[in-house]
Amino acid sequence: MKSEMSIMERIAEAARSVTTGVDAGSVEHWVTIYVMGKGYRVPADLTILTAMEYAGYRFVRGVGCRQGFCGACSTVYRKEGDYKLQTGMACQTRVEDGMYMEQKPFAPAAKPAYNIADETFDAAVFLRFYPEVARCVSCNTCTKSCPQDLEVMDYVQAAIKGDFESLAEGSFDCIQCGLCAIRCPAEIVQYNVAQLGRRMFGRYGHPVPEHLTGRLEEIQAGKFDEEMDQLTRTPIEQLEVLYAGREREAD
Amino acid sequence: MNSNSVRLPYYPGCTLKTAASSFEISALASAEALGMELIELPRWNCCGTVFSLTDDDLIHHIAPIRNLIRVQEMNRDGILDNENRLVTLCSMCFSTLKRAELLVRENPDKLKTINDFMYLEDDYNGDVTVVHFLELLRDMGREAISEKVKRPLTGLKVAPYYGCMMLRPKEVGIDDPEEPTIQGDLLSALGAEVVYNPYMKLCCGSYQTMNEKDAVVRLVHDILSHARADGAQVVATSCPLCAFNLDKRQKEVKETYPDFEEIPVLYFTQLMALAFGLEPGFSGFDQNYVSVEPLFKDRQLIPE
Amino acid sequence: MTSRLVISSENEEFLARVNELSGQVITLCDQCGTCSASCPMVDEMDVTPSQMMRMVQLGQSEVLRTKAMWLCASCFTCTVRCPRGLDLSRVAEALRQTTLRQAADHININAIPRDELAALPQIALVAGMRKFTG
Ligand code: SF4
Ligand code: SF4
Ligand code: SF4
Ligand code: SF4
Ligand code: SF4
Ligand code: SF4
Ligand code: FES
Repeated sequence: MKSEMSIMERIAEAARSVTTGVDAGSVEHWVTIYVMGKGYRVPADLTILTAMEYAGYRFVRGVGCRQGFCGACSTVYRKEGDYKLQTGMACQTRVEDGMYMEQKPFAPAAKPAYNIADETFDAAVFLRFYPEVARCVSCNTCTKSCPQDLEVMDYVQAAIKGDFESLAEGSFDCIQCGLCAIRCPAEIVQYNVAQLGRRMFGRYGHPVPEHLTGRLEEIQAGKFDEEMDQLTRTPIEQLEVLYAGREREAD
Repeated sequence: MNSNSVRLPYYPGCTLKTAASSFEISALASAEALGMELIELPRWNCCGTVFSLTDDDLIHHIAPIRNLIRVQEMNRDGILDNENRLVTLCSMCFSTLKRAELLVRENPDKLKTINDFMYLEDDYNGDVTVVHFLELLRDMGREAISEKVKRPLTGLKVAPYYGCMMLRPKEVGIDDPEEPTIQGDLLSALGAEVVYNPYMKLCCGSYQTMNEKDAVVRLVHDILSHARADGAQVVATSCPLCAFNLDKRQKEVKETYPDFEEIPVLYFTQLMALAFGLEPGFSGFDQNYVSVEPLFKDRQLIPE
Repeated sequence: MTSRLVISSENEEFLARVNELSGQVITLCDQCGTCSASCPMVDEMDVTPSQMMRMVQLGQSEVLRTKAMWLCASCFTCTVRCPRGLDLSRVAEALRQTTLRQAADHININAIPRDELAALPQIALVAGMRKFTG
């Protein structure tokens, strides 16, 4: 049966025990949450994502890895009695009693086409493709919204200054969830600006790593051809054994 | 760096990191020669360029105030020793930061709202005083400047262009808004012959360069041809936007007014570094549209 | 020939709103014209700065359709020279903001060729965005 399911269905199936498979009698703690204003009683230890599934919602889009990496399950919520509008990833945020929420899985975002090879390595590239960065008012709302705890305002400022290195470093862990962009009063699409900056830095700013150049030369010289040939001819069962027994860093 | 130099926090502004880097490089070198170490604010953000003028607006004052908090942090963290003067070079940054400083000093209620909004930052305590680099130079006195001159700009006719933000409005201006001398005094201490006429405080059109280029072209033509008519060979400025309009827009000026005679535009700090005989004084001219090199070579101010 | 000028409550409201936003008492303007004579942008303007003041005094919201308020470069020349101590640059900003706060931008940044944008120094673009977009 497993092989007939798509990858998305298989991931959802893996999380099934905490959603539909729960025996209500065995749950000790319950909370009430409000999804788009409608109240639901759900087990207290669920994430926003699994709690919504428990309540009967099914996600076709707006969910992916369920591990906080893909950036698909952006959520906006308020806790009872708190004026702060909070943001996070639904798969990583635990529900609390009295929480109000809705999913914001997608942020409409302009993404102009550019060719990195045609651009010069200076701040003008941002003014050319994302002139709205000049509208930043340094309100820091983006930083406050970021589930990855990035200093988003600082990397936007780095873009305005043409400081590619700070921009690339400061935005490295961005998962493109879009939460910064939907809250920005200047209507900047921070993560796309950052991506342009990282691409520029990767091409023009970052020092070329010697070991990579060396390895590429080896590959081109055919050093690994034989080994590769052998691998492609190995049956899958044997490959699985090889893979499991490979040399690797400790988890 | 000599050990008894004064350490001062310094706000560059975004354009000084790119199109106007010759301004920053020459200023830092000149400051060092005069015993000042300008220390760039960590994590500074764009001040917003223009001071917001509506009475009820607060959000646009966040950016300048955030920068003032950085000065406070430098003192807190021991990077500075109780030094609350924040040095600026760009006239627009100066004006925006200075006016924000005054706004929250005069309106504690506004400051409270701004501090509450920025709850992740330390509260701004109102201690910072924004200064323009030219003010520091003036306060050192003419002697201290001319002492450092190794290659006097003798015979070089320079028109100091003041523009707006250094002079107006009165409460932030660093000199008399109608009869300014602060830049001219410096240039004359460097040995230059100062050419002044009232056009030197006429606005260059500022940000209208984005949308109303024709108006800027007309103004730049008026400003520069009056400088020329009075014999100026170079125009000095302290604002990257003035510099953009006065220098780069000469291309369009020439197209509109074919008789117009081009004139090079430099930052006052470039002339200072040149007179002090400092390396940056001999370079950085490649950012100019109208080249100053033929003139300087001709007068043997820079090596052939 | 005489003509009567009727000031309606709408006119009064408009004047009060601009007074409030600009922090100026606009009725103090005595139409001396110093601002207009000092203004670097007056050649391009459809109404002069002092006419702009007059229109606001009379509460004529048509002033919001003038080119002049957008052409003001916030140079503060009129500010330092007004004998009545008025800050006209703040009045022009109040008029611009009245429009911008209705989500009506003065410029369409997408209509400016990308190469022209890239040629501008940040200082021009930052200032332009603040003055011309809401
Ligand atoms: S920077 Fe923006 S898009 Fe990237 S992770 Fe943070 S909030 Fe999400
Ligand atoms: S939310 Fe937008 S305006 Fe505010 S600091 Fe971030 S990028 Fe700038
Ligand atoms: S005024 Fe400028 S140069 Fe100054 S910081 Fe702001 S935009 Fe940048
Ligand atoms: S850009 Fe023009 S308007 Fe501004 S400070 Fe320079 S002179 Fe003034
Ligand atoms: S200078 Fe002042 S008083 Fe005279 S017309 Fe202008 S705003 Fe009115
Ligand atoms: S502030 Fe505006 S209206 Fe006043 S003189 Fe300058 S451009 Fe003209
Ligand atoms: S599903 Fe991928 S981050 Fe939540």
